[in-house]
Amino acid sequence: MASHLSYGRVNLNILREAARKELREFLDKCAGSKAIVWDEYLTGPFGLIAQYSLLKEHEVEKMFTLKAGRVPTADVKNIIFFVRPKLELMDIIAENVMSEDKLQPQREFHILFVPRRSLLCEQRLKEQGVLNSFTNIDEYILDLIPYDGDLLSMESESAFRECYLENDQTSLYHTAKGLMTLQALYGTIPQIFGKGECARHVANMMLRMKREFAGSQNQILPVFDTLLLLDRNVDLLTPLATQLTYEGLIDEIYGITNGYVKLPPEKFAQKKPGEGGKDLPTEPKKLQLNSAEELYAEIRDKNFNAVGAALSKKAKIISAAFEERHNAKTVGEIKQFVSQLPHMQAARTSLANHTSIAELIKDITTSEVFFDNLTVEQEFMTGVDTDKVNTYIEDCIAQKDPLIKILRLVCMQSVCNNGLKQKVLDFYKREILQTYGYEHILTLNNLEKIGLLKPQTSTRNNYPTIRKTLKLWMEDANEQNPNDISYVYSGYAPLSVRLTQVLTRPGWRSIEEVLKMLPGPHFEERQQLPPGLHKKRQQGENRTTLVFFLGGVTYAEIAALRFLSQMEDGGTEYIIAATKLINGTSWIKSLMDRPEVQTP
Amino acid sequence: MAFVTANWNPLGENFYRKIELYEMGWNLKDGLRDCLIAAAPYGGPIALLREPQRRSPSARPQLEIYSASGGTLASFPWKSGVVRQLGWTVCDDLLCIQEDGTVLVYDLFGSFKRHFSMGNEVGQSQVVEAKVFHSPYGTGVAIVTGASRFTLATNIDDLKLRRLPEVPGLQGVPSCWAVLMQDRQSKLLVASGADLFILDYGTCTAVNPPGLSPQATSIIHMCVSFSYKYLALFTDSGHVWMGSTNLREKLSEVETKVRNPPKQMAWCRRPKSQQPSVVIMWDRYLLVVGVCKDTIPYHLEDDSVLIPELDSVRIINATNHELLQEVPAACEEIFKIASMAPGALLLEAHKEYEKESQKADEYLREIKEQNLLGEAVRQCVEAAGNEHEAETQKTLLRAASFGKCFLSNFPPEPFVSMCRDLRVLNAVRDYTVGIPLTHTQFKQMTVQVLTDRLVYRKLYPLAIEICRYLKTPEYQGVSRVLKHWACCKVQQKEEADEVIARTISLKLGDAAGISYSEIANKAYECGRTELAIKLLEFEPRSGEQVPLLLRMKRSQLALSKAIESGDTDLVYTVVTYLKNEMNRGDFFMTLRNQPVALSLYRQFCKHQEQDTLKDLFNQDDDHQELGNFYVKASYKEKRLEARMSLLQSAVDEYNKAKNEFAAKATEEEMRLLRFQRKLEEDKGECIQGFSLHDTLSTLLSLGLHKHAEQLYKDFRVPDKRYWWLKLTALADKADWEELEKFAKSKKSPIGYMPFVEECVKRSNKFEAKKYVSKVTPEQKVKAHLAVGDLEGAADAAIERRNEGEISTILSRCSPTTDRLLVERLNRAKTTATKK
Repeated sequence: MASHLSYGRVNLNILREAARKELREFLDKCAGSKAIVWDEYLTGPFGLIAQYSLLKEHEVEKMFTLKAGRVPTADVKNIIFFVRPKLELMDIIAENVMSEDKLQPQREFHILFVPRRSLLCEQRLKEQGVLNSFTNIDEYILDLIPYDGDLLSMESESAFRECYLENDQTSLYHTAKGLMTLQALYGTIPQIFGKGECARHVANMMLRMKREFAGSQNQILPVFDTLLLLDRNVDLLTPLATQLTYEGLIDEIYGITNGYVKLPPEKFAQKKPGEGGKDLPTEPKKLQLNSAEELYAEIRDKNFNAVGAALSKKAKIISAAFEERHNAKTVGEIKQFVSQLPHMQAARTSLANHTSIAELIKDITTSEVFFDNLTVEQEFMTGVDTDKVNTYIEDCIAQKDPLIKILRLVCMQSVCNNGLKQKVLDFYKREILQTYGYEHILTLNNLEKIGLLKPQTSTRNNYPTIRKTLKLWMEDANEQNPNDISYVYSGYAPLSVRLTQVLTRPGWRSIEEVLKMLPGPHFEERQQLPPGLHKKRQQGENRTTLVFFLGGVTYAEIAALRFLSQMEDGGTEYIIAATKLINGTSWIKSLMDRPEVQTP
Repeated sequence: MAFVTANWNPLGENFYRKIELYEMGWNLKDGLRDCLIAAAPYGGPIALLREPQRRSPSARPQLEIYSASGGTLASFPWKSGVVRQLGWTVCDDLLCIQEDGTVLVYDLFGSFKRHFSMGNEVGQSQVVEAKVFHSPYGTGVAIVTGASRFTLATNIDDLKLRRLPEVPGLQGVPSCWAVLMQDRQSKLLVASGADLFILDYGTCTAVNPPGLSPQATSIIHMCVSFSYKYLALFTDSGHVWMGSTNLREKLSEVETKVRNPPKQMAWCRRPKSQQPSVVIMWDRYLLVVGVCKDTIPYHLEDDSVLIPELDSVRIINATNHELLQEVPAACEEIFKIASMAPGALLLEAHKEYEKESQKADEYLREIKEQNLLGEAVRQCVEAAGNEHEAETQKTLLRAASFGKCFLSNFPPEPFVSMCRDLRVLNAVRDYTVGIPLTHTQFKQMTVQVLTDRLVYRKLYPLAIEICRYLKTPEYQGVSRVLKHWACCKVQQKEEADEVIARTISLKLGDAAGISYSEIANKAYECGRTELAIKLLEFEPRSGEQVPLLLRMKRSQLALSKAIESGDTDLVYTVVTYLKNEMNRGDFFMTLRNQPVALSLYRQFCKHQEQDTLKDLFNQDDDHQELGNFYVKASYKEKRLEARMSLLQSAVDEYNKAKNEFAAKATEEEMRLLRFQRKLEEDKGECIQGFSLHDTLSTLLSLGLHKHAEQLYKDFRVPDKRYWWLKLTALADKADWEELEKFAKSKKSPIGYMPFVEECVKRSNKFEAKKYVSKVTPEQKVKAHLAVGDLEGAADAAIERRNEGEISTILSRCSPTTDRLLVERLNRAKTTATKK
């Protein structure tokens, strides 16, 4: 069912199975029929762990969304709340419990906190006088959710905002805990590297936790050789840039949530002969995107300009395969052909879907707006005219283009110029406030606090140095047959991935100067392995590195890391983990403050 | 050795044996007469209450606790009520069930731990009989009252009393009853005369044992096997019925020819038993009744007690402690007289070898020829595990080791682990310890549980030795024992805090996985706060320290420990605690020194207590945040005046924060709001809350050009933007005349391409064409193309000799209709390339 998780170098299905086992155990604790009341935010991440069928097997008969008032009537013995430990949610739960009909047969209440129970929340329930109404209060430790064969996410939307804006390091604690769980399943990771304040904090907590669990450490041969912790604020530039891989563009344009994308349905209408186009579907088409789909695994990390060729090649192969049937003469051959049919049909559907998606995307990427925007981005990244007001941005504001687009561009300019001249900055800010409303003064303030927007200080702009040393811009990016990670942004090599690449070879010592220019400390820690667990590497066996992005990772960065894994002489395979999968839009959105405007 | 079979008795085709475990170390004057006695299974302790009915205060009954070898563990006069029943829990706690339904819990050394009640309704009717039972869910208690009502608790550590339904027709005490475990539920089997009932939570079901002899008019005794799978019933006709507990299957029925009610009855069987039996005891007479219908009678010297075990029955009297069991298969094979089993031959071979006789070779050859040497070794190893005499064990193991020499590829683990197990077993069987476990029981109970039992008895050194010897992972083994030791140590009141803390830290060092906080907690419970704090210093898990520190009112320390742990929930917990405990000033001061806690508390306030948030910013003189706070607040206000005053506060704060830009922007906002209100008053247009951009657009689309002009000037809107804005607004309105006027008003700061594009966007190519001539030369081609004028575009491109532009136009031409143009362009292209 989740076979795509076990294909990779590291079998992430172990993690999923461990999570499922724990879920089953909890459900069995509440004997009898049950209804689950969901904190809506959790349903997506949970879908990656367990489908409804698993819940059903354990007598879950009804599912509701957590909301104020009373829990809908359901003839079940148990009501289980699946919630994040948030005080607001506790108040709703308390209301739910108190408005329970006393005349009806008693239903037992349970709470499952995800990912961790919280004393503060229990205290709140106690104050509300309902704490004793719960038969079971438990926690479901779901920190790292396996997303794909080489990808883990914590699905913690606000992690970046909390860590870097609000100085709330809760998600870092969960990260450290999640890494401990991972080490319990896959062995102690002997080497830890990191860059950034948060990375340092997580590493410290991990080392502390390891001391705390001293003695209970597992005797598993380590699967990971290295862990690299990277703060998102070390590389603020990458997420701002428009991703140009297939998956990256799907995410930029339609947004991928919990592995699913919703697409405009028109292109997917099944045209059956005779029916005409009388009822076009109106519901968005929902597709699951992961490596379980062979074709998708093949094309998702390609630069979009190389996707068309790949699709047509695939189309030829598939039609050739269908032609085979004419060659099938003997019963045996026909049988063989028929046995492959389901697989071939799946491949054909998959091809049709992706051709449609590619067409949708192509409409956008060939548009002038897209082109102009990309041109400006690339100018900034190559350091062209970053120190004065950009006319394109000016025009976009004047035409009231979407605010997030503007913010992405302005922030990018600021980052690539290591801050803007006060006059330029104030000009942009004023333009934004006058055009989009003064309430955005709060959002601008947030961006400034994080450093995405900042006035230039006396120090000189060090972005060009960083760009040159780390070769962040490659003039001759080969989109069709890439030879460097810069293909994911058609020229720009993501800083974060470059850092990873350099760490693997030749090592960070070679770039000490640049590391000093980037925010936060860089460090290396070693974790002692129990004797006898030192890996004896086979000749030619690759090393495995877990790269953890604190504050989120983009699909293009993932593609770049996958590209590095596949390089023949790379010698290292990368597994990617992040607090959240992000793109520029979702990222900036998470940093915005929108007071609800009361209209008189 | 020669007498190994001396205590064997045949039962059917197999044998039973009675082994003496201990001569009891106790000194009981009156034997076991008039005693309430309870002995825990798995070789557990024995509790004894003499003359429990005695109530006179001058001569209170004595409660005594012994090890299984009769070593005294505790002895004290019983001062509470009349005890009906004694029993042991799975963690070696003593339960004393009193007549009034109260159950008192004591530890192994007779210290009172706690008490609980089996229900209020017991009161007058009183407990008449009680049973303590064990299941995977823990230790349970069942009672029957004088009013013939049963109450059941499956796990006394998670007490849930279940009052069972009435048994129809039952008056007074039932003739006999027992606790069953079925479908993961505890139930009762109750006999009332000849009738049998199963009681569970909701129902009382009459049942019939299949094939129960018809002579019986009453079932007078019953017992359930250790595993709850088998049931034995004794009837007044002297028959023993044996069958499965679910009463679907009858195994056998035997007539004992004794009609007196037995004193005690117990199943004696082992896992994979070949000859299970029921042991029945009357005064001075013990009968082993096999399912095979064969029996073994034993005479008893003295009053005795039967203790059913997993694989045997133990018999205790005033002087002796014996073990009755079916002779295990391996032992039988080896020691049965004239046995030719491979194990027996190997033992013989080894004996001859020690005598240096060549017969050794003959025996060995015989086994090897049958290819049974592996089997022989296995038998010897297994038999050694089932023997209690160290000498016999050694002989058998030596024989096994000898046999192993002639085998290649024989896995060494069973032999090695048996040697280890036996060493441990012999150590705990020693009379000074007195835990007579069989190997089967040991395997069932696991080393962890055995260590626990030793720890309960405070036999720490032995427990540690065993853990080390068996290489139990430290945190499960040695560390756990040390923790218990330390918990015991902190209770020694006579020693100084300093000394104890030092002793503990020396001994525990950094043994893996030690929970110092648990030890500290124990110290605190004993009223030694200072010691507890000292001990907490050793705790590596700061998270663990916090709750205890809070309880001990060391909240500042708790806060820093919580922060250290990184667990934000813990920090929140301490912060909430501090908030309730301190006055506001001190609280804020404390937070100020702990930035992590402060930012978390801010988060909390943001969602829960807006006013406190303001106070926090005030205290820190954080004017920027205060400004933001007021801005946010202003949006929640409906009334304009209130909104204005909040914005004014924001302006003030921004000024104090020296954030000129924000202050100005906010002033601007206020100006805009005023303007909007005025407009509303004048024109009745409600545009309050619109951005400046939207306000301007609205004004322009309403044709209020003067107002727009005024705003444009007042707010110093850049020309470019204003032109864009006006262009879009007019185009939206399709006010082409005004647009043209506007275009001509002065030179456009945004050029004229946008004019072309905006018109085209609204499909007005006619209007668009008016502006094509005005665009810059670079945009000419684009402009012509936009209005669909290929010729014009071509002219412009050719004039500019721009190859790229020519190609663009070519791509837009159709080869059929625009043939001439294509040719012209191609020509131009060639010249352009040449150049």
